[in-house]
Amino acid sequence: MTAQPLIRADRVSMQFTVGSSITRARRRVLTAVDQVSLDIHRGETFGLVGESGCGKTTLGRLLVRLYRPTSGTILYDGQDITSLTPQQMMPLRRKMQMIFQDPYASLDPRMTVSTIIAEPLRRTDMDRARVDARVRELLTLVGLDENHARRYPHEFSGGQRQRIGIARALAAGPEFIVCDEPISALDVSIQAQVVNMLEELQQRLGFTYLFVSHDLSMVRHISHRVGVMYLGHMVEMAPVDELFTHMAHPYTQALMSAVPIADPDASAASQRIILQGDVPNPMAPPSGCPFRTRCPVVMPVCADQKPALLDIGGGHWVACHRVGT
Amino acid sequence: MSTKRLLEIDNLTTTFHIHVGQVQAVRGISLHVDQGEAVGIVGESGSGKSVSMLSLMRLLPDYARISADRILFEGQDLTHASVDQVRRLSGDRIGMVFQDPMTSLNPLMTIGRQMQETLRVHRKMSRADAARRVRELLGLVDIPDPDSRQKQYPHELSGGMRQRVMIGMAIASNPSLVIADEPTTALDVTIQAQILALLKGLMDKIGTSIILITHDLGVIAGMCSRVVVMYGGCIVEEGLSREIFYTPRHPYTWGLLRSVPRKEGDHAPLIPIQGTPPDLINPPPGCPFEPRCPHAMRICRTAMPGVTRLSDTHRLRCYLMDEGAPRVAWEGGRA
Repeated sequence: MTAQPLIRADRVSMQFTVGSSITRARRRVLTAVDQVSLDIHRGETFGLVGESGCGKTTLGRLLVRLYRPTSGTILYDGQDITSLTPQQMMPLRRKMQMIFQDPYASLDPRMTVSTIIAEPLRRTDMDRARVDARVRELLTLVGLDENHARRYPHEFSGGQRQRIGIARALAAGPEFIVCDEPISALDVSIQAQVVNMLEELQQRLGFTYLFVSHDLSMVRHISHRVGVMYLGHMVEMAPVDELFTHMAHPYTQALMSAVPIADPDASAASQRIILQGDVPNPMAPPSGCPFRTRCPVVMPVCADQKPALLDIGGGHWVACHRVGT
Repeated sequence: MSTKRLLEIDNLTTTFHIHVGQVQAVRGISLHVDQGEAVGIVGESGSGKSVSMLSLMRLLPDYARISADRILFEGQDLTHASVDQVRRLSGDRIGMVFQDPMTSLNPLMTIGRQMQETLRVHRKMSRADAARRVRELLGLVDIPDPDSRQKQYPHELSGGMRQRVMIGMAIASNPSLVIADEPTTALDVTIQAQILALLKGLMDKIGTSIILITHDLGVIAGMCSRVVVMYGGCIVEEGLSREIFYTPRHPYTWGLLRSVPRKEGDHAPLIPIQGTPPDLINPPPGCPFEPRCPHAMRICRTAMPGVTRLSDTHRLRCYLMDEGAPRVAWEGGRA
């Protein structure tokens, strides 16, 4: 792929200040995303996996500039958007949208469905009739009924609400959509409906997705490339089939082996790597490799040096002292 | 494995009387659990899987009406027992673990104190005995450094640690049955693997039976020898894990198995179950799955199908089992 990526993040970091702001002494810094670089190409689905607190949601929000990174640069279609002001971001906003996890919290209960979906169109010069037509078109696109436009969110099930959220994201005609855990609040049988719809929309309209999820089997299903995050770091990144068949980072291996398999024989035969303990406190991260405190194959060097993310061939990147030396 | 029957529920019905009508949450289910067995109950939200177990424990609000032909636990008939009787027995012999440990623990009490309190109230233990037992329990659920941990408050522990504390409390009185309701749903996968390994280990260590309620077929496949599939307040299919995963016969079970991607990672479109679960205020008189079933026939709308027994363990309710019904085969995965 030699074409210019739609999204390019170069050593992007995001730090949050936590604790009391009056007494400086108790103020602490939480590095949610630490020097992460990645490219996402047009029409591609980049899956981002990791456990809660690993920084995957923060990274998603950085890429659409809901946050301003503490350091590093973000390019959108070649344009540096790292320090654009909200006003300067405005024309770009319609090109990048988000779909949120919780279809209950992300829709205003006092707005009708048509108001919700039309919200991103408010700043455009569309007249009333064209907005209404667009809302009806979007409802049909996401598999809802045109007559639903005048109803309120509480009249819909979780899956239908997620469709409303997707219709809103599509309203302004975006190119890049960050799907932040879009299916984890839904029942299993409904998840497949939403995932199929996202894939279908991508094929028809050429969207680029960042698909953030902790559900590895869905990520494997929907993504072209996948990145694995741990404690704010990108620890491994590869094309989907390469990653799932030749996972190189011990964390990725443990994460994959922990996924329950819906097949009793395969489940009994699988070698589970059960990690000890919990993810370390991100405000006091371990020295060296962030994973070393739980790593089953830790070495002395891991405590001293942070491993760099290196290309081991075929677009497969790994940050581990055990790999490539 | 001994085949001593631990729990037997016959025709349990639970109805919530609310202002808009009667919600028929559980509609005549029968199930049993043998000693030392792990039974999985799988279903989507609103399928009645949690309510059926809460009915057994009598942990439902006053507007819930519970009826059953028979409920036998450890040989005792609980069918007509009072709420107090059931709670006294169940508090001792049945342990419960819920999805969200943060809301089940008292945030104002240290872990050690709330664990001790249960023992002192239920088991009338002395302070010293309770303290000793708590240390033992924390060890049993693999909490490192129990002495300092028990001085901590729930918010100081991670989700996985809190769930370990909950499990410790559930097994405090050596119960013969632990009901775990989505015990790992709120946890990350690596922590989920730890908790499932712990539950499995406890079955061997203290010989308890487990009812595992979950929506995750993967969790069931790794833990349970038998599976009960619920939909719309009914048990639509049940059998040994191998029967449910390899030779399922109910279209809803097919749908569930097909809507999750297989581990081998193919990128073919998933086959979702169309539509949404039924409204239990006015459930259709026929099969609850009929409106979403790709193989529905006219008869499915008229009345609930009877139980067909395919083996000693494998049973289901579906008109496709009738003679003369069209032959529809499970293709064992997606096309």
